[in-house]
Amino acid sequence: MTSVDHKRIGIMYLVAISTFFALGGILALLVRTELAMLGDTIMDADTYNRVFTMHGVVMVFLFIVPSIPASLGNIIMPIQLGAKDVAFPKLNLMSFYLYVAGAFLAILSLRTGGVDTGWTFYTPYSAETGTAVIAMGMGVFVAGFASILTGINFIVTIHKMRAPGLTWNRMPLFCWGLYATSIVQVLATPVIGITMLLLVLERTLGIGIFDPALGGDPVLFQHFFWFYSHPAVYIMILPAFGVISELVTTFSRQKVYGYTAIALSSVAIALLGFLVWGHHMFTSGQSIVSSIVFSMITFLIGIPSGIKIFNWIATMYRGSVWLVTPMLYAISFLFLFTIGGLTGIMVGALAVDIHLHDTYFVVAHFHYVMMGGTVIAMLGGLFYWWPKFTGKLYHEGMGVASAVLVFIGFNMTFFIQFVMGSQGMPRRYADYPDLPWLEPLHQFSTIGSYVLGLGLLLVLFNGIWSLFKGKPAPGNPWGGASLEWTHTTSPPDPHNFSRTPLVTHGPYDYYTVFNGAGDGAMGDGMGDGANRPAPVPVITEGAPQEFDKQIDLGTRQA
Amino acid sequence: MSQIYEAIRSFWLPEQASTTAHVIDAPFMFILIASTIMLIGVTFYLFYLPWKYRRRSSADVPYPVKENHLLEMSWIVIPTILVFIVFFWGFKAHVDTVVAPADAYEVNVQGKKWLWQFNYNEGITTTNELVVPANRPVKLIMNSVDVLHSFYVPEFRIKHDVLPNRYSTVWFEAVRADTFQILCTEYCGTGHSVMGAKVIALGAQEWNEWVASGGGKGIQPGDSPVELGEALYTKNVCNTCHSIDGSSKVGPSFLGHWGETRNFVDGGSAVMDEDYTRESILYPAAHIVEDYQPVMPSYQGQLSDGEVYALIQYIKSINGADVPATFAEGGFGGDGDAGGADAADDAAADAPAAE
Amino acid sequence: MASSTATVAAPAHDAHGHDDHHGHDHPPHLKHYFVTSEQQFEAAKLGMWLFLVTEILLFGGMFVAYGIFRAWYPELFAEASTQLDTVMGATNTLVLLLSSFTVAFAIRGAQTDNQKVLFWNLVATVALAGVFMVIKYFEYTHKFDLGIFPGAAFNPTSDVVNPTEGIFAHPRAGVFFSIYYVMTGIHGFHVLIGMVAISILAWKARQGKYTSAWYTPVENVGLYWHVVDIIWIFLFPLMYLI
Repeated sequence: MTSVDHKRIGIMYLVAISTFFALGGILALLVRTELAMLGDTIMDADTYNRVFTMHGVVMVFLFIVPSIPASLGNIIMPIQLGAKDVAFPKLNLMSFYLYVAGAFLAILSLRTGGVDTGWTFYTPYSAETGTAVIAMGMGVFVAGFASILTGINFIVTIHKMRAPGLTWNRMPLFCWGLYATSIVQVLATPVIGITMLLLVLERTLGIGIFDPALGGDPVLFQHFFWFYSHPAVYIMILPAFGVISELVTTFSRQKVYGYTAIALSSVAIALLGFLVWGHHMFTSGQSIVSSIVFSMITFLIGIPSGIKIFNWIATMYRGSVWLVTPMLYAISFLFLFTIGGLTGIMVGALAVDIHLHDTYFVVAHFHYVMMGGTVIAMLGGLFYWWPKFTGKLYHEGMGVASAVLVFIGFNMTFFIQFVMGSQGMPRRYADYPDLPWLEPLHQFSTIGSYVLGLGLLLVLFNGIWSLFKGKPAPGNPWGGASLEWTHTTSPPDPHNFSRTPLVTHGPYDYYTVFNGAGDGAMGDGMGDGANRPAPVPVITEGAPQEFDKQIDLGTRQA
Repeated sequence: MSQIYEAIRSFWLPEQASTTAHVIDAPFMFILIASTIMLIGVTFYLFYLPWKYRRRSSADVPYPVKENHLLEMSWIVIPTILVFIVFFWGFKAHVDTVVAPADAYEVNVQGKKWLWQFNYNEGITTTNELVVPANRPVKLIMNSVDVLHSFYVPEFRIKHDVLPNRYSTVWFEAVRADTFQILCTEYCGTGHSVMGAKVIALGAQEWNEWVASGGGKGIQPGDSPVELGEALYTKNVCNTCHSIDGSSKVGPSFLGHWGETRNFVDGGSAVMDEDYTRESILYPAAHIVEDYQPVMPSYQGQLSDGEVYALIQYIKSINGADVPATFAEGGFGGDGDAGGADAADDAAADAPAAE
Repeated sequence: MASSTATVAAPAHDAHGHDDHHGHDHPPHLKHYFVTSEQQFEAAKLGMWLFLVTEILLFGGMFVAYGIFRAWYPELFAEASTQLDTVMGATNTLVLLLSSFTVAFAIRGAQTDNQKVLFWNLVATVALAGVFMVIKYFEYTHKFDLGIFPGAAFNPTSDVVNPTEGIFAHPRAGVFFSIYYVMTGIHGFHVLIGMVAISILAWKARQGKYTSAWYTPVENVGLYWHVVDIIWIFLFPLMYLI
């Protein structure tokens, strides 16, 4: 628990994050169960308000913001860069414990009755409600520091720790995604920090910056809040873009189509993401002119996301597509994220948003982006890198079953919510006495959420099964061409590499790699009845040095 | 063709009950149809490419694909054009629908936890029922007395946040006389999901009659105070916070406390009688009963003397106390013409006396 | 992009530790996951700069709030600022500026291996920061005596100032002082952190830990201290003068 090894810290993060995902998921199931029937089904309105608030806070601040960067990013990124560790290993450990402390504070608020403000903490409600907003606000504040420190650490690592020959345009797209994310984390998180601090001071001292009764302005709070929380959406999705880039290319054994476009558009999205926060406030009373400008920039930011989808699809063209679990997740990401993006166009259009704002349409939209995007990508990444960092193979049959269940359950739960929303169902309703005809739709959605829950449970079970019963994983079970596959064992040794690799080709040059190292060690892929050997170059356990020398010495002479 | 369009529209969107609804639906439908086409294309390739280029041997090493710049340009330029169409359409539709006509009939709207109150120029006040003329523009000038709320009528496609420190406006013109649903879409606490109300659009003649009758209410000496009290209990949605079955909600139940001594958070106490109940309705913050929050809004200026009297008699009747059968019997004979249009004046005259 | 493609040309120092590119052995400060001292130094400095960017954004949020309220109540802000003691504020500005010089001299001392200059300038910086905090303490307690508390406790006492006249009659007078307390308070908190950090530096400098070969902590804390100064340079005129 006090190890400063980035892989250990990443695994600790993974365990913590999964725990909070499970907690948030259970809360979500409670929410869906309550809504399955009109009237108080399993809880009253006050309890419901606390449950959905906790679901939002846990999922946003404790799960999805740190999700991919802190876990998979921590484990994989330094290896992909050919580094022995991140630039500041102690800071990395500290950020983990800050995250735990923040989570502890947030959970502490449950003891005093929970918080009922919604994860957005809008004033003046949050300034006057009797619940534990202070503990929750401080929790978010502290967890924000963890996020900042991770961001700083990653930026410095990417700038200063790349292996010789690993130029910017040879950097894997996962690292590019994390780089863009880190920029947003560093620039946006301080603002939520000061906002939460001011909110806490508002409640403790009554300083009156956001409370209209004291001369403050609730819309100012919304500007502050969304100045962080919209860029935070990109903190959540950009690493997912990175994961999907890795999955699509490895399992198509084809160069990522438009590498430069994907890499640079991530950074462009990160920067443009700071200029669109006002699109959460079209009905709030901000001026029409600012609404128009925000709407305009929102559409500009939509274009690069669309281009990325086309690029990923084109990557499969003339490839060799291997439909294993991670690739199934990647394909379901492409479908779900397309829906998420297209409905984003709908809520970005000014007039249309007036009707859709704060309805289930928005709820469905951001679940398609956050869950259909980030969570699905994280699951795909988890299956992809699982053999690498655990040294064990997962169960392929269970993996496929989970991917199918999650896909079906997710669409059942959330697609129907688009229809409910555009028909007028407002969000954050404990009950819907004025819209009773929606009851069957709510029930359909609730059943879908159970299917989704079952699929996720299967993922968890697969992981546990693999740790005890899984076969040992070879160094490169998928035939990847980036450093974590070609230059180290599964799991990697404590210093990642026995020699710092010298990089002579891009991360996706399968053609060069596979044809250039013909006499390299041939590894048997997964046994498991299905004979699925991956082609060269594969490093079997214990022999990375051999291969390392080949590339390392061979090219250094030239 | 237009039938298919209509079928799709009514699957996704509620009825178009305002003159501006179709302006907002048009870009919605455009995006919906364009998105569906695009999604079908994407889905096709998501099935086709993995099948066509499926891995046949683990030793497959496909030759790297050369990037096609024409293809790339096409998938950059076409979405960009589409997106700009959507932006201009959305922005124009908003500008076209956001400004109220100058001759609009104005109603003042107050959002409070957890009800809507409507004040008309004729001096009428209604709660949770917005009565308006159909086929005539109506402009709502809204503010909140506590936290944020948001005024939403799906059939009219209007929505705007209601803020405590400033006025915000929306407008609509109902296309026919009917009842439509109002919903609160900004989270506001316990009663957020029951903060519904109705728009009642009346034909020209009914509207004039409604205004002439002072909002359809006037207390006659022969009326039963208990019946009126019960009607007011429903109309002012007292039931959001006060049950009549003895169960405790946000506020204490109306059943079971009459004549009891109530202990206050500040240490004082009082017997629940007519005077105490009247004070609780008009000046709810004056005394807070233990275990409850000071969240009740004041009804001062919204209920006439007669109406407060009726509510008290109703509470008494629930608790089995003796109540007069008519206002006249209760000594309210002289107040026969009170209420309705005069209610506000009444209360205004009443307030200083009470202080 | 071309310039950033340059990578460290040295081979990894592996477990056996043979390293023929550099004339010196691994210095004690070099962490095993870095290849060279330059790399480690540059990484630390880049990290510090990024951290300072977050600090500026943190204060940036408060400056925005200040700007908005100033735009809403310009006359209140103009008048309320006269309630602050300009002499004390100006003295504090000078004190902090002076401390910026001393910390710069301390870095210079480390660069030139002059341990005395390094140590005594660090001590001087802590002392100047202490003077700043003492003056701040007098300012705060004076305000508290007048009943000018932050937030809801704001209650100017009538026997010292007339709460019905001038700015105190303004219904939003409390907001100005709330912003004043929040901004100067959080800045003061940063000064305290700086005092602790510089004290630790001084203690380690006494043991001769910092030489021209390696003085990264001195350099980084120095950067932090400059940012704390710069924030005050903005706070002082905004709060006290205009």
